[in-house]
Amino acid sequence: MKNKISFILNGEKRQLEVGPQDTLLEVLRTKLGITSPKVGCDRGDCGACTILLNGDTVKSCLILANEIDGQEVTTLEGLMEHGILPIQEKMVEKNSFQCGYCTPGFLVSTHALLKKTPCPTKEEIKEGLAGNLCRCTGYTPIIDAIIDFTKKNS
Amino acid sequence: MNDFKYIGKSIGRIDGKEKITGAAKYVDDIDFGAGLLYAAIVESPHAHANIKKISTKKAEKIEGVIKVVTGAQFPFRFGLYMHDRYIFAQEKVRFVGEQVAAVIARDPKTALNAAKMVEVEYEVLDPILTVYDALGNMKDDSNKKFGHNPKKMIHPKLSEYTHVPWFFPQDNSNIAHFRKIRKGDLDGGFAQADHIFEDEYTVPRYAHCAIETHASVGLCDHSGRLTMWTASQSPHTQRHLFAEALAPLGFSHKDIRVITPYVGGGFGGKAGVSMEILAAALATTVRGHAVKVLWNRSQEFYNTYQRQGVHAKLKIGVKNDGTITALEQLLYWDAGAYVEYGANVVNAAGLSATGPYRIDNVKIDSVCVYTNLPPGGPYRGFGYSEFLFGLESHINEIAKKLKIDAVEFRLKNAIRGGDKLAYGAAMNPNGLEDCIKKVAKEIDWGKKRPIDPSLPHLAYGKGFSLFWKAPAMPPNASSSCFLKFNEDGSLNILLSGMEIGQGYFTVMAQIAAEVLSVPPHKIRCETPDTDRNPYEWQTVASHITWSCGNAVKKAAEDAREQIFDLVERALEMKREDLYLDSEAVKSKSDISFCLNFKDFIINGISKKDGSFRGGPILGRGMFMPEFTSALSDPETGQGGKPNVHYTVGAAAVDLQVDKETGKIKIHKIAFAVDAGVALNPDLVKGQITGGLLQGLATVLYEDMRFDDKGKLLNANFTDYKIPTTLDIPEEIVSIIVETPQMDGPYGARGVGEHTMIPAAPMVGNAVEDAIGIRIKSMPITAEKIALAMLKEK
Ligand code: FES
Ligand code: FES
Repeated sequence: MKNKISFILNGEKRQLEVGPQDTLLEVLRTKLGITSPKVGCDRGDCGACTILLNGDTVKSCLILANEIDGQEVTTLEGLMEHGILPIQEKMVEKNSFQCGYCTPGFLVSTHALLKKTPCPTKEEIKEGLAGNLCRCTGYTPIIDAIIDFTKKNS
Repeated sequence: MNDFKYIGKSIGRIDGKEKITGAAKYVDDIDFGAGLLYAAIVESPHAHANIKKISTKKAEKIEGVIKVVTGAQFPFRFGLYMHDRYIFAQEKVRFVGEQVAAVIARDPKTALNAAKMVEVEYEVLDPILTVYDALGNMKDDSNKKFGHNPKKMIHPKLSEYTHVPWFFPQDNSNIAHFRKIRKGDLDGGFAQADHIFEDEYTVPRYAHCAIETHASVGLCDHSGRLTMWTASQSPHTQRHLFAEALAPLGFSHKDIRVITPYVGGGFGGKAGVSMEILAAALATTVRGHAVKVLWNRSQEFYNTYQRQGVHAKLKIGVKNDGTITALEQLLYWDAGAYVEYGANVVNAAGLSATGPYRIDNVKIDSVCVYTNLPPGGPYRGFGYSEFLFGLESHINEIAKKLKIDAVEFRLKNAIRGGDKLAYGAAMNPNGLEDCIKKVAKEIDWGKKRPIDPSLPHLAYGKGFSLFWKAPAMPPNASSSCFLKFNEDGSLNILLSGMEIGQGYFTVMAQIAAEVLSVPPHKIRCETPDTDRNPYEWQTVASHITWSCGNAVKKAAEDAREQIFDLVERALEMKREDLYLDSEAVKSKSDISFCLNFKDFIINGISKKDGSFRGGPILGRGMFMPEFTSALSDPETGQGGKPNVHYTVGAAAVDLQVDKETGKIKIHKIAFAVDAGVALNPDLVKGQITGGLLQGLATVLYEDMRFDDKGKLLNANFTDYKIPTTLDIPEEIVSIIVETPQMDGPYGARGVGEHTMIPAAPMVGNAVEDAIGIRIKSMPITAEKIALAMLKEK
C-alpha cells in the first residue's frame, strides 16, 4: 500500500507517494533526483548515504521513507544552497578525497560535527567521522583538512 | 633542479569541484528514464554441483517480470587471459554465489522476489576448498606428475581452453597455470651457503571493498547497437571482451559502446570484466530497454574478483656475512573457480618472487590452482603483497639468526640497477638504497622505545620491509590520446584511462600543460566513452601515469608541432626560434612577437588578403612499450623481458603491542618510494596514506572466512571490518626518492599499488621485535597475538 507523505527537502515542501518498504535513500535517489547520498552497503555500515534529518546526521538507508512525514531532510545539495562551503574549498585544497564516492557523506557528517563542536580536537573529529567509511584516502587528508579549517576559523 | 612550471608541483585536482560538490556522476547516479528494467540474479547455493534442471515457469508468471534468462541462451566462454569463464553457469556451478540465471523485471523488488521462484535442481558434488585438496599428487614422478588429480577436476575441459602464450595449464589437474623460474645453479647456491633457512607462510583471501559496488547497465537498441554503462577500470578491454563473448550473436567492436563515468574506487576489483557481462548479455534479450545490474554489498564480496590466498614455502641459503646465495620459493595459489584474470597474478608473482634482492641462484614455482571458492583476481599489489609477507618475514628471521641488523642485511642484498633479475633481464636504475637509508633514519632504526614502568603490559617494536613491483601487463598494452583545443585556448583531452581516485586526470593535465603552456585548470579530461575516446588497455598495474602519460605528452608535442608549422607557414617566422609560453606562441629572435592561442587555435591565422591559414589544432599521441616480450622458456622462465620496469622502496613501522589484549597501536610509519619523478608530490602522498591503510587493514583486521561448504561467512562490513577514522596510524612520513625513469613522461613511474605492499610484513616484523613471537599467517589480529602469548607462557 502506497502512503502519501509530505516533508521538507532542502528547504522546499515536497509531497510524495511511497511504498511501505521504500527507504529514504532509495526515494531520494530514484524518485527525487537527489544523488549525492550514495549506496555503499544499504545496511548502516558505510555512511555513504549520510544526510541530515531535522539537523542530525542519519544513515538514510536505515530510515523508511514513511517515517519522514512532517520532518526536515537536508542533503549535501541543500547545504550548498548558497554555493560551495568553505570547508569544501579546504577539502579540495587538501586532497581530502580520491574517488569521491564517500565524499558527500563525509561532508554532511563534517558539517554536523562542526555545528555541534566548532573547534573539535583530533579525537573528536575521528569520533565524529567514525561512521563514514573511505577506502581511498586513509582518512588522514580528511582529518587534516578539518583541523586546518578550524584552526583558521578560531 | 628543473624549471618546469607544472611538472613536480602539487597542482590542485582538476576533478576537485565535481567530487566535493557531489556533482560527479557514478553509474548508479545516471537516470535511465522510466523504461529502465532491473535484473536480479539466481545464485548457486553450492560450491560445486551439476545443474540438473532449471525451471523458470513460476517466476515468469509473476506480474512485472519481463523475462527469465538462463545459461542455455549464452553457452559462450570468455575471459581476459584465458577463456575459462561463462556468462551464466553451464552444466556445473563452481562457487557459492555463482550466477545461474537472471530475472528481468520492471522494478528491483519484483526481480528479486521472482528470482527466488526460479527452481534449480542440483546434483551436489564434493567441494574442493583448499589448494592441497585440489592439487592431489604432490610428488613429481615419472608416471604421475605434480598436481595429477584427474578425478577431481574443477574444469574437466581445461586442456581445451584458449589462453595467452605465457600460461602453462597442466593436463589432468587443477593447475591452470604453472610459472617456473630457474636461474643460475640452485644446488650450487645452497652448497655455497653456511646456513639454510626454511619456513612456510600463509595469506588468506581479501576483498577490495571499494565503497561503490559494481554496477552495470546495458541497452541493446533495435538497430543492434549495444551501449554499456559500467563502473570499470577498463572500458576498452570491456568492449573487447563483450565483443568476443557475444560474437556468436553478431556483435562487432564498432557495435558496442562502453561508457564509464567516475568510479567509486577500483583497486583492481573493477578491472577486466566480471559481473558487467551479465548486463551486456541480458540487454540483448530485451531489445530497446536498458537493463540494470547492480551488485549489493554481499554480492560485491562473493561474486567479484577476490584477492587470492597463497601458501608459500621458502628456502634461503646465506653465508655467514649475510650474502644470500640461493632462494627457492614455492607459491601455491588458491585461485578460485575461474582464473581468466587471476592466473596472471600468479604469473606476475612468480616472475618477481625474489623480492628486490640480488640472488644468483633461484627456483620459483608459482602455481595457479583452481578451487571451489569465488574467482581470484587482481587486487592492488597484484600478487606482490601476497608473496612479500612470507619473503620479508623470512628475511627478517634470517638476519636475526645471523645476528646481523635487519636493515644492514637488506642493504647488503638489495638489488641495484643492472643486476640480473630472476628471468634474466637487467634491473632498471633505482634508488632502493637511498629509500632504505632514509626510512631507517626517519624511524630511528636501532633505537627502541623505552618500556614505561607504569605500563608494563605494553611492548614496543619496529619492523622494516622492502618492496617492489612491476606493472603486470601484456607486452603490447598501449595507451593513446587525442587532445583538442577550444576557441579560447582551453583544452579537452580525450583518453581512456580511468580516474579511479588516484588523480590521473590532474597529472595528465599537468603533462599537457607543461608542453603547451596552458594552465591545468584550463584543461578538462572527460571520463571515457569508447566511441569517442581513443584506446587504452586498462587502468591497472600502476602503469597509467607512465604509459598514458607518454601518450599525452606525445599528443601535446604533436599539437605543438602543428602550431609551429602553422606559424612558420602563415607568418613566415623562423620555426627554430618559436616557443610556447603563457598560452601563446613567442619567438626567441623577435621578443615583440606574441600570438595568443585564442586568436588562431581554432579559426586560423588571417592573411592580409582576408583569407585564413590553419584550422582546429588536434593532437594525437600513442605509446606502446616495444621492448617487452612475454615469451620465454616454460621450464626456466629465461629469455623474455616480461616487465617494463620495477618501482621500489622501503617502509618501516614503530608500534606497540598490548601483551594482555594483543592489540596493536601504530605510532609511526616511514615510507619511501622511488617515483622516478613525482609529477605531483601531494598526489603521491595521497597514494601513500591511502594505500598504507589498505595494507594495514589486511594485516590487522581483515580476512575472508568461509565455512566448510565454501560459503563466505563475512560478506558485509559488519563482519568484514575495514578501518575507520579510529584506526589510522598516529603519524605517516612520506618520503619521495627520485631516480628518473628514462622512458617515463618527465621521468615518472607508477606508485599506486606499491604503497600497500610492505604493510603486512613490516607489521609482522615489528610484532616479532616487540614480543618475540613470529606470526606466520595473516592477518595478525589481536586475537591471534593474545593466543600466541598464552601459548608462550
Ligand atoms: S548505504 Fe547507508 S550506511 Fe551504507
Ligand atoms: S574517496 Fe574513495 S571512498 Fe573515500
